[in-house]
Amino acid sequence: MPSKPQRMEIVLETLIESIALAEEVGVRIAAVAGFGEEDQYKIGLAVHEGVMNAFQYGNQQRRERKIHVIFELLEDKLVIRVVDQGAGFRLEDVPDPREAENMMEESGRGVLLMKAFMDEVDVLSSAAGGAEVVMAKRHRR
Amino acid sequence: MSFKATIREVGDVTIIDMDGRITLGEGSNLLRDLVRESLGRGRKKIVMNMAGINYIDSTGLGELVSGYRLIKGEGGELKLLNLNKKVTDLLQITKLYTVFDIHNEEQQAVASFHS
Repeated sequence: MPSKPQRMEIVLETLIESIALAEEVGVRIAAVAGFGEEDQYKIGLAVHEGVMNAFQYGNQQRRERKIHVIFELLEDKLVIRVVDQGAGFRLEDVPDPREAENMMEESGRGVLLMKAFMDEVDVLSSAAGGAEVVMAKRHRR
Repeated sequence: MSFKATIREVGDVTIIDMDGRITLGEGSNLLRDLVRESLGRGRKKIVMNMAGINYIDSTGLGELVSGYRLIKGEGGELKLLNLNKKVTDLLQITKLYTVFDIHNEEQQAVASFHS
């Protein structure tokens, strides 16, 4: 981890290709930050899910809307923010897909995967009113 | 690696051999089409051989659920075969492990269908 915090922001169009692109950037930053292969995969998948959520639900596949992905390398963790231009949502309103009544739903597992693979996940309201998904992965000491 | 799938038949069982990633826009639509095509031909015993699947996202998991529902709705059965650790972990996290009938041997998967 760097002695000084480092920050990188990418701005993506609301395109399906942006999902894999953001994931790839996430994996590379995780590698540079010193995370092992398994954690790189987990961080990449969490970014993938966050951006896919912004693409589908936040920005509703409207290309002119932007998705901002911000990576912050702190002393003890990597923080990732995915910001969309949608209406926002509350984490507590997302149904648990493991509950019997939701188990056979085709969607709704993205947040669960982000929570499973990252150490911290929260959803804030961005300055513009969209969702800001904040995730962090701590370094194992 | 993008998604690729081929279909073969072992008796009355249809096996879909899959490679690559099952994600939004990469494989999820093709997989659904293959299941529909098999059901359309009256082939209701389906094995998804996932030996070559190295990555799946929440959309891909949803597609497996969709296939399961589609096949079951037609009176058929779906079996999953040869899951790697990543896919197994995702099915455990989501508890979908409890929904699917999962096998490690093709012969065993084929034999597990009710006649």
